[in-house]
Amino acid sequence: MRHERPPSHVSAPARALLAVGLVLQIGLHAVTPEPRAKVQDLPQPPAASVLRLASLGEPIALAKILMLRLQAFDYQSGSKVPYRELDYAHLDTWLSRILELDPEGQYPLLAASRLYAEVPDETRQRSMLDFIYRRYLQDPNRRWPWLAHATFLAKHRLHDMDLALKYAAALQKYTTAGDVPAWATTMEIFIREDMNELETARVMIGGLLASGRITDRRELGFLDGRLREIEERLRHSASKER
Amino acid sequence: MLRHILPIARYTLIEALRNRLLWLALILVAAGLAFTQFLQQVAITESIQIQAALLAALVRIGVVFMLASFVVTSMVREFNDKVMELILSRPLRRSSYFFGKLAGYAAVALALALISSVPLALFAPAPQVALWGLSLACELLIVTAFALFCVLSLTQVISALAAVAGFYLLSRSISALQIMAASPLSDVLSQGQQVVNFVIDAIAFLLPGLDRMTQTGWLIYSAPLPAEITGLLAQTAVYVLLLCGATLFDLQRKNF
Repeated sequence: MRHERPPSHVSAPARALLAVGLVLQIGLHAVTPEPRAKVQDLPQPPAASVLRLASLGEPIALAKILMLRLQAFDYQSGSKVPYRELDYAHLDTWLSRILELDPEGQYPLLAASRLYAEVPDETRQRSMLDFIYRRYLQDPNRRWPWLAHATFLAKHRLHDMDLALKYAAALQKYTTAGDVPAWATTMEIFIREDMNELETARVMIGGLLASGRITDRRELGFLDGRLREIEERLRHSASKER
Repeated sequence: MLRHILPIARYTLIEALRNRLLWLALILVAAGLAFTQFLQQVAITESIQIQAALLAALVRIGVVFMLASFVVTSMVREFNDKVMELILSRPLRRSSYFFGKLAGYAAVALALALISSVPLALFAPAPQVALWGLSLACELLIVTAFALFCVLSLTQVISALAAVAGFYLLSRSISALQIMAASPLSDVLSQGQQVVNFVIDAIAFLLPGLDRMTQTGWLIYSAPLPAEITGLLAQTAVYVLLLCGATLFDLQRKNF
């Protein structure tokens, strides 16, 4: 015996009920305003222990979901820079919580450096750069790309050479992994050069060349060229002083 | 028709009472009160709000689970005991049987909404609690109708409960999914993203907006606007109507 009768067996009222219900549901949904996240609605995140409990043993999965949820507060329909209206203190805590749940995840740092730190608001930019710096110090060899970008932002967007120097010096000091490109750890030299700290830059390049850390021939040539250029500038300024 | 519907509804209600479902709801509320009382004591500020919010969230999810489980297991028992076949062998329309069961379960849903709402009046203004309770009743009606639809179609406890759980979670999170889908990182959407967005929007069209219902903020901040109440009543009416149509369509095609 067949388990089901053909659709023609269904009574007309039942069919009408289904059709009317479907049309009304679609109509009702069509007239309901589309869901939108509200920028004011970014709340303080729960404590890390509560989040761990809520993750039911899947902290990484929860971290990924929270990151996407947090992102939904940023990119809101029809607006390109809404996240500058977010509460950055809460944002900092959210990103920290997500990193605590998934310390190897790079997404929060990418969001901090590429999205939240690029808002046209200096205070917020600085708070995000500080977030990146603090988190970099916890795991320099994995998180150096974000501090390198933060250094760039400090130098070129904020025009704060002291801040850029602080970040570049940290990169040079704490990033020890062998696979880190030399440009990241040598940023301090060029910032010092830009700040006219030529003597320090000269000593640093000399030290770097002598250390043997740079093995790429083109890079060696480039640094050697910079060293000679700095020495030339130093000679030039010394002769002027005389 | 009503003379067939009412006795079925009555016996469904009696079954709920004999299953001690309402007692279970009272125990849930009492446990929730005790738990939130403990949390309230460790809170530094907003202790009443914390208690109201947590109790509301706890009883909301608890009664939804209880009601869905009751509807599914009670109907599966009727299948297994051949009670349904016995009733349908009588000169009775299948629609009368369905509406009788729905009315009985809806009465249980209303009783559960009442039991869940009343203790909240200890922590929030009564009018706000009443509106929250009304919204919970609407939510439970939708869950009841959907659970009935699932169990009549699937006839298995696990699959029906899984379907109800999936439906409930998806309905409560579909708006968040839509917001995420509508917020790409780049201005150019790939074809894959466009397809995913289309599917999410299509699913949203067929789901009730449970995320807009029974909001805890109505208890601890401000009461819902009249438009919100009208919206949730309309959503409940429309969705229950749709589910009635779908269930009857399926039920009338069944061979026993």
